[in-house]
Amino acid sequence: MEKIFCLLIVFLMGFSLVGCKGRPEATDGQSLVSITGEPAYGDALAEGSIGEPSVLIPMLAGDSASHEVAGLVFNGLVKYDTDLSIIGDLAESWDISRDGLVITFRLKKGIQWTDGVEFTAEDVMYGYKTIVDEKTPTAYSEDFKQVKKAEVIDRYTFRVTYEKPFAPALSTWGNLVVLPKHLLEGKDITKSELTRNPVGMGPYKLDKWISGQQLVLDSNKDYFEGRPYVDQFIYRIIPDRATMFLELQTGGVDMMDLTPLQYTKQTNTEYFRKNFQKFRYPQFVYTYMGFNLKHPFFQDRRVRQAIAYAIDKSEIVDVVLFGLGSPATGPFVPNTWPYNPNVKKYEFNPEKAKQLLREAGWVEKNGILEKDGRPFRFTILTNMGNALRMNTATIIQWRLAKVGIEVDIKALEWSTFVNEFIDKRRFEAVILGWQISPDPDQYDIWYSGKTKEKEFNFVSYNNPEVDALLEKGRRTFDIEERKKAYFRIQEILAEDQPYIFLYVPDATPIVHARFKGIKPSPIGITYNLPKWYVPKSLQRHRMVP
Amino acid sequence: MIMYLAKRFLEMIPTLFGITLISFFIIHLAPGKPTDIFSELNPKITPEARERLEKLYNLDKPIMVQYGLWLKKIVKLDFGDSFSSDRRPVMQRIWDTKKPLIERRLFVTFMINLLSMIVIFLIAIPIGISSATHQLSLYDKITTTVVFVGFAMPSFWLALLLMILFGVYLHWLPISQLKSMNFDSLPLIGQIWDLFKHLLLPIFVSAFGGLAADSRFMRSSMLEVIRQDYVTVARAKGLPEKTVIYRHAFRNALLPIITLTGLSIGGLIGGSVIFENIFGIPGMGQLFYMSVMTRDYPMVMGILTIGAVLTLAGNLMADIGYMLADPRIRAK
Repeated sequence: MEKIFCLLIVFLMGFSLVGCKGRPEATDGQSLVSITGEPAYGDALAEGSIGEPSVLIPMLAGDSASHEVAGLVFNGLVKYDTDLSIIGDLAESWDISRDGLVITFRLKKGIQWTDGVEFTAEDVMYGYKTIVDEKTPTAYSEDFKQVKKAEVIDRYTFRVTYEKPFAPALSTWGNLVVLPKHLLEGKDITKSELTRNPVGMGPYKLDKWISGQQLVLDSNKDYFEGRPYVDQFIYRIIPDRATMFLELQTGGVDMMDLTPLQYTKQTNTEYFRKNFQKFRYPQFVYTYMGFNLKHPFFQDRRVRQAIAYAIDKSEIVDVVLFGLGSPATGPFVPNTWPYNPNVKKYEFNPEKAKQLLREAGWVEKNGILEKDGRPFRFTILTNMGNALRMNTATIIQWRLAKVGIEVDIKALEWSTFVNEFIDKRRFEAVILGWQISPDPDQYDIWYSGKTKEKEFNFVSYNNPEVDALLEKGRRTFDIEERKKAYFRIQEILAEDQPYIFLYVPDATPIVHARFKGIKPSPIGITYNLPKWYVPKSLQRHRMVP
Repeated sequence: MIMYLAKRFLEMIPTLFGITLISFFIIHLAPGKPTDIFSELNPKITPEARERLEKLYNLDKPIMVQYGLWLKKIVKLDFGDSFSSDRRPVMQRIWDTKKPLIERRLFVTFMINLLSMIVIFLIAIPIGISSATHQLSLYDKITTTVVFVGFAMPSFWLALLLMILFGVYLHWLPISQLKSMNFDSLPLIGQIWDLFKHLLLPIFVSAFGGLAADSRFMRSSMLEVIRQDYVTVARAKGLPEKTVIYRHAFRNALLPIITLTGLSIGGLIGGSVIFENIFGIPGMGQLFYMSVMTRDYPMVMGILTIGAVLTLAGNLMADIGYMLADPRIRAK
């Protein structure tokens, strides 16, 4: 017996001899963050992800991991600039006809797929045909069904004609619809080899994919916007966040998303300040409390405004998000062009709330408000398993109790919630979130005609002025005109409060400090990944031929 | 004897059928649908698109029909295609014949479980024997406490603590996954050493929790055996104590361990789900967890069926092992 223990000890001791080649680390007094150097080729960037991509053809993918990796491999005709305006990617330029119905893209010449074949308008046409094909299992076909006619004018010119002017149209010609025709034509796209071994023309190309472990991407030396500085991009799959955080500290991972706790507390040390750079910017989502506007309690605008005054949004941000977010004022992301910073904000003011409720005819009896003998009591529904929303609901419940409104909270499983309660309008109030697409068109959410079962205006919001503005905003391509329309919509929504816009959470990524050239912007940090670099003196990984 | 085995084998078929039936219904009882990943209310994804996808997956059909469709394929040993958006065959995701052995998920899980079982034997059996022979001594009490601490300790917690100690503070061992990033550039011996370093913690964690059962069974069955008359006879013959214990008592005391091993295979596979996720090991357990989270029914069913087959096979092996070890059973 003792022998075995001795053996074990010797065995473990043996490991102390194992050296570990570390990445550069800050020495005393000197921070890696402050070391600068010339851009240089080389090194590798390892990003940690809890999910594994499933398919690398963008139009087939539903999960963010797939889109993230596919985004490095494929390009679109257009892309978003850091200020959310649209700029050319594979398209050199484009014309929009005066009536807004026809868009003609002129493609950049001489761009090659990584297998050496030239990219042409035929590839776009093929992608378009595939995405509108009934047999293609894609969730993104709706925008393309608006197209009346698509045609290849010549090798480098592609033209689409719409039924009606459709302002978001331009932005849809991103990387969903550019596919290598020469490799895919005549094949079932879902069974294609390219789903796991894609051929694109983006800054990186897939080298190998080891299921459950990692995807290794090599830089595309012939990338048409210039060879990326970092030679390898490694996407490592680590399903457990705690493990990933340990990997970050030992050098297995250079970049990951932090949880609020990790961002505010665990990385708040000397070691992290010297060796890592943390970023923080609003995500393209917001959380809101929506009212069923058909419900007698909430038909009166003053009641909705009163509830807005009774809730302290910054308190919710501080408690629920550890301060890593900002109170929302409307359905757009702060610091983007459609966002109107000057709308009515409801500063926390319980007295004002009580006054508005009195005006609306609610009187207090035994600590709870009543009107026509009915106590003010309602239920907030939200989906199960989302702790942030649950905590938000609890804070709202407590705040509203103080002005005499009794709130119950019920968490439901997602499918049941959507199918039985949202779709059938069986709710009084809900706490939910919307993803915001970079294009400001929100016709589906606010238009008064979009209230049928399964449609997205489930709160039954109806304001003719908003309807007209929504219509105007999606029919003109003039960004100033659009801006005017959406600014006005936000003013009206702030006044009407069909939702109480609660908060926009922040994304909180961390990147090892040897990577330079990262320029945070409203659309995040990874948009200029090919321009990131590691100065020669700080390079850690050497490419093995 | 062959008749007996054949009978046992045939009995497995209805059992397996029952397992798949119950599993199928239970996983469909769990709330949520595979198409839910598309439905976190993104206004770009319309309800029509969602319905079209559901139809594609046959999710609009009644559950009995869905089970029928699944069963029809499974008798031809076709596990169907995964619901995840790559739509690859289930079998290919578990056992990709185009990849080297070490990149096939079933192999990885099987290898780790086998190794941890061997470690459990190597440690638990000596502990069991020596605590039986030194019953109620201080040594007995200490080992009992240690194995029960291992049994009671949540494995994910122990795993994280060990990762912090050996990975972050001491830099002796890698934290997660199966290979280093530079694995392919290492010479063969380096690759083996690399694998070994990556496997050490996972195997230790999964073995530590399993020590209690085997060592306690070994202890109690040893205690029973050494009180038998034939052991007394052996001692009376004047044989040295070592021979008495290891030659005469040990073999007979080993019988319950065979049964236990057969039965514990199911538990080991279940345990893989936890430690493969913590350590980021690309095995079947990790795939299982991801599939459950995305409600990838064919994938979940595939893994459950394979797990069931392995468990049943384990039971059968235990029976065979029993027959080999115990002449009394063979005689029946």
